[in-house]
Order: sequence, then C-alpha cells, then structure tokens
Amino acid sequence: MSAASDSVAATLAIAFAIGCAFGWLLERAGLGSARVLVGQFYFANLTVFKVLFSALVTAMLGAFWLDRAGVLDLGAVYVPDTFAVPQAIGGLLFGGGLLLAGLCPGTSCVAAATGRGDGLAVMAGLLLGVLAFNVGFDWLEQVYASTPLGTLTLPDLLHLSTGLVVALVAGMAVAMFVAAERLMRSRQS
Amino acid sequence: MTRHADPYLAGVGIGGVLLAAYALAGQGLGASGAFSTVAAALTAAVVGPAKAAALPALAPYLPDGLASPLRDWLVWELLGVAAGAFASAWSAGRLAWTAERGPRLTPGPRLAAALAGGVVMGIGAKFARGCTSGQALSGGALLSVGSWIFIVTAFAAAYACAPLARRLWL
Repeated sequence: MSAASDSVAATLAIAFAIGCAFGWLLERAGLGSARVLVGQFYFANLTVFKVLFSALVTAMLGAFWLDRAGVLDLGAVYVPDTFAVPQAIGGLLFGGGLLLAGLCPGTSCVAAATGRGDGLAVMAGLLLGVLAFNVGFDWLEQVYASTPLGTLTLPDLLHLSTGLVVALVAGMAVAMFVAAERLMRSRQS
Repeated sequence: MTRHADPYLAGVGIGGVLLAAYALAGQGLGASGAFSTVAAALTAAVVGPAKAAALPALAPYLPDGLASPLRDWLVWELLGVAAGAFASAWSAGRLAWTAERGPRLTPGPRLAAALAGGVVMGIGAKFARGCTSGQALSGGALLSVGSWIFIVTAFAAAYACAPLARRLWL
C-alpha cells in the first residue's frame, strides 16, 4: 500500500473509532429510544437537553482552554459557515420532522443498530428526504444559498470576547440544568 | 436490563469524544452528511458517475466517484456509531426487535410516521447544512452563529409541534 492510501485508511480507522465511542455513549444515555428522546418535548424526560448541552459545554470549554494552552489549534478546526435564512428554515423543518420521527439522524442509527424498526424507517426517510432535496435543488438553490455570512461566531456577532461568550453559554447551561432538575423533582412529587 | 447512564456523565463523555474529533480530524461529529454521501453515490450508480458529478447538488459528495462512501469520514464515523451502539445495547441487555412508539399506536402507523419524519428531517438537515450532531453539537460548541440559529429554531419547532403529535407519543 502507498503512503497516501495508508494515511486514508488511518483517518477512516480514527473516524470509525470515534464513532464507536459516540454510539456507545448515545446508547448508554438511552438516546436510541424514541420515547426517551420525545419525552423532552412533553417535559416528561429531559435527557436530550441534558446530554446535548453537557456535551456542548464540555467541548466548548475544552476547545477554549486547550487552544489557550497551545495543545489544540482551533484555527485548524472547521467551523461551519453561517447561512442565516436557510439554516432557520432547516431548523424549523428539522424540529417538526423530529416530533414525527422521534429520532434524529445520529440516534436513528443507534436505534436501528439495536434492533428498533423505527430507527431503520427514519434512516430510510432521511435518505429519501436528501434525494428529494437533490431532485429539487435547481428550484431550492436560491433559498439554500441565500444570506451567506461566512464563518461567523457569536463573539464576532455580539462584539464580545470569546472568553466572555464561553462563560455566558456555560453559565446559561448550568442555570438550565438546575431548572431542569427542579422541574423533574416537582413533577415527581 | 441495565439502567441508562447518568445523562450528564454521558454528555461529558460525548464532549470528550467531540474534542478528540476536533484534535484528530480537524472536524466535529456528524450524521446527516453521511446520508448525503450515500444518496449521491446511489444517484451516481443510476445516472452514471460523470453525469452525477456535474450536478451542483451532488458534486461536493463525490470526490472519489462511486467509491466516495467507502472513503468518507462521516460514513465511517456513522458505521462506528452503529457498532458502538450495538455493543452497548448488547452488554446492557437492551437489544430488542421492536418499534418504539406511544401506547396508542400500532407498529404500522409508527413506522409510517418515522419514515415521514425522516423525509422532513432530511430536507431540513440539507437546508441547515447539518443535524443535531454536526450543526447543533459540533458547530454549537465552536459558537457558530448558524449552529445556534439551528438549535433555537429546531427546539422551537419541536415544542410547537408537540401538542399536535400527542396521539403519536402519549
């Protein structure tokens, strides 16, 4: 094997290993179950919120401090470009679809891999949805490509330092964790 | 059957995995992108690789023609997700052939709703350029404005639709 194909194979092996850890943790938390996931939106089970935001805050704080310590070069990490209007439309469609599906794309794979037929149906639907989008792309492209804002972060937008925004997001998340625990306790009593 | 893990602990673990992805791959986690790659390759298999690669919706997903899914970072990551989830459910005694659904639903309508929901989410993820993994989690942790627009609008839409979908889940 050539050096180039060796490095491709190594990269894909890392992708598989990272995916294994991600899938293991999603299943452990119960997010392969559509009923656990949807409980979020009836205030019956806040696992989605707790897992998503504790993961987000951990990665945000880790990336911020590791970059400062010179361990991680955040400049080399891909930040998704912002397209304000299509991403708002996409979010609205996604949230509505999520209530029907009960699973998001990643957790549909968790559900399918653990024997849940609903997970497999969501995966088939996702594939059909992407194909439908591609078929209609000529017609949708104008909206899809509208409001391009490039790499735009909250500190840029708010004219605040990254450290302050990181602290604000972390503080907001902790306040919402406390509120979530109180809500669940009041529901049980 | 083992109980589910503490959600905060699992979340911190996923945050650590995401950090490892940033450091080792220069990108975050994802899921919907793998579906885009598979859809593009399926289309290329039907209409021919040259014709598919000339379509602006498909070209970004076909850097290696028909072999693209075999060399795609997100496809391998998602295969890993399935393997890790299977191992976790197996060791916890949670593997089961079933369709998870609300108490008032039979499997048929549940699978139809799951399929329809998948279609809508698939279109939404295309507009948003990612899903819960790639946009909300991975982009949100990097404070991307578009990722936070996605988080807020997706949660708002799900809460707004919840009262309409009670029959499905409660």
